[in-house]
Amino acid sequence: MIPARWPREEPLRERLLHVDPCSGSLRDARIADLPAILRPSDVLVVNDAATLPGSLQGLGPGGTPLEIRLVAALPDDSFRAALFGAGDWRIPTERRAAPPLLRTSDELHFAPDLRATVERISEVSPRLLDLRFHDRGAALWSRLYAIGRPVQYSYARAPFELWHVQLAYASRPWAAEMPSAGRPLRWDLLLALRQRGTKVVPLTHAAGLSSTGDAALDAALPLPERFDIPQATAQAVAAARAEGGRIVAAGTSVARALEGAALECGGALEACSGETDLVIGPGYRTKVVDGLLTGVHEKSQSHYALLHAFAGGDLLERASAHAEAAGYLTHEFGDSWLILQCSGLRPPPVAGKARSSG
Amino acid sequence: MKGKGVLITGGSKGLGAALAEELSGAGARVVLVARAEEELRKTVARIRDRGGEAHALPGDVSDKLQAHRIAGAAAALVGPIELLVHNASTLGPTPLRLLLDTECEDLEQVLQTNLVGPFRLTKIVAGAMALRGSGLVLHVSSDTAVAAYPRWGAYGVSKAALDHMNRIWALELAQTGVRFLSVDPGEMHAAAMPEADRAELAQPVRVARWIARLVAHGVESGSRIVVPGEAR
Repeated sequence: MIPARWPREEPLRERLLHVDPCSGSLRDARIADLPAILRPSDVLVVNDAATLPGSLQGLGPGGTPLEIRLVAALPDDSFRAALFGAGDWRIPTERRAAPPLLRTSDELHFAPDLRATVERISEVSPRLLDLRFHDRGAALWSRLYAIGRPVQYSYARAPFELWHVQLAYASRPWAAEMPSAGRPLRWDLLLALRQRGTKVVPLTHAAGLSSTGDAALDAALPLPERFDIPQATAQAVAAARAEGGRIVAAGTSVARALEGAALECGGALEACSGETDLVIGPGYRTKVVDGLLTGVHEKSQSHYALLHAFAGGDLLERASAHAEAAGYLTHEFGDSWLILQCSGLRPPPVAGKARSSG
Repeated sequence: MKGKGVLITGGSKGLGAALAEELSGAGARVVLVARAEEELRKTVARIRDRGGEAHALPGDVSDKLQAHRIAGAAAALVGPIELLVHNASTLGPTPLRLLLDTECEDLEQVLQTNLVGPFRLTKIVAGAMALRGSGLVLHVSSDTAVAAYPRWGAYGVSKAALDHMNRIWALELAQTGVRFLSVDPGEMHAAAMPEADRAELAQPVRVARWIARLVAHGVESGSRIVVPGEAR
């Protein structure tokens, strides 16, 4: 499939493939059709995490050039980060030279004035590190924003700035990469949804890196990610569920946060904060989420496995073949799928598949 | 205001600093932005000495590339921003000039700081407010927005446009729970007014106290409010 190489000028005109697991039908639509497809009783949940300026070009011991990508802020003010070999955005990460082998206590320097010390190297991969920057608080965040760029994509026409990747409702900078399913959701559309009665509510989920090009590290993705479910969101979800409304997650990160939070915080969705290591895939029966608004994922991508929690393999195969034949665009700035159950009423949940990682 | 995230531009001195002190005293978590780094740090230190929470973000609101740095760093430091105060402003070159003598670049710079900068920051911050169903964006205006004074052309135009943008923001986001206000504090006792008679100027601390009370009470979104003479 063809990637969209740059943000498009009219997000509302972007294509939306409506996949209906009830009837098995596929329907070509536009993002602007969402208010007509969703019902007033439905709730659309979005991830309001802003994208970190998480890609930092720097130097390791002996002046070895390297790149780090911030994965997540840790509770003790340090950061988890992935290490890459030298190279700019034009070189796919899997074709980069191997990064230097770092050890704890090694110091990294990011010009002009940011330094960090390696505090821990993960057992998952020597490329997964815990870093402590030498600045804290406002000084650290000022420097991160001055030096860092959002994670770049080699398929792009040119490098991206934060203006290209921040969503229309982004708040705290928790996301390692843009939670891209929310990218076409402009306020014109969100207000139209609300006008029809469909609630649009936020959560914050620290969406991680989509891939690193390193087999061991990619096999461990997604890493545990933190989430925050506001009271109003938990209430909106509960009210909709009680009335047979459907809960639609705008993106795989929202699905992971809602399902993970329900598991971590007592079985049903409540206002809570935490970290989830839930991996949703084939065989997982969702407890909260009835539908998924998502980018167009190729079968080789890890996100594709998550789609099996929302539709059968045969339907997903047909949807993929249709999207490819009809010229749907892929990747972060591409078109979208909406996989939506016909009813929010379903049998009581069964235990899901969860796993520990880290 | 207890625990709420507040972002104030032009926060190193005058009304911005006084508002920061007032709001942090009420328990707000305040992020201050200004170009003058040293003054900014002194203001933050003063607030912290009194037990308040404040953070200094040196920055220039007229620079598009700094907008995400300011909003993102602020949200990282104090959580979702619930009150955004657009207080930073520039008069342009002084002594003030007739429009015929105003350089095109000087007018552009005044608009960047006083109008486009606030637009960018609100564009970044207000979407999250609307999604959460609450928030307040406060524009610090001036009587030059409604009265035409010779030599105050660039500044007056920028403030008139800021007032109008305040009304349009309020209309467009009327059903979201986000409120927009424009406040004319009266001429302030601050270094930004080099040509004014200082004896007639308002005291930032008194005005800040009045605005803090205004923030706490429900005022119709889109309003333009003049701080009354007795409150200055």
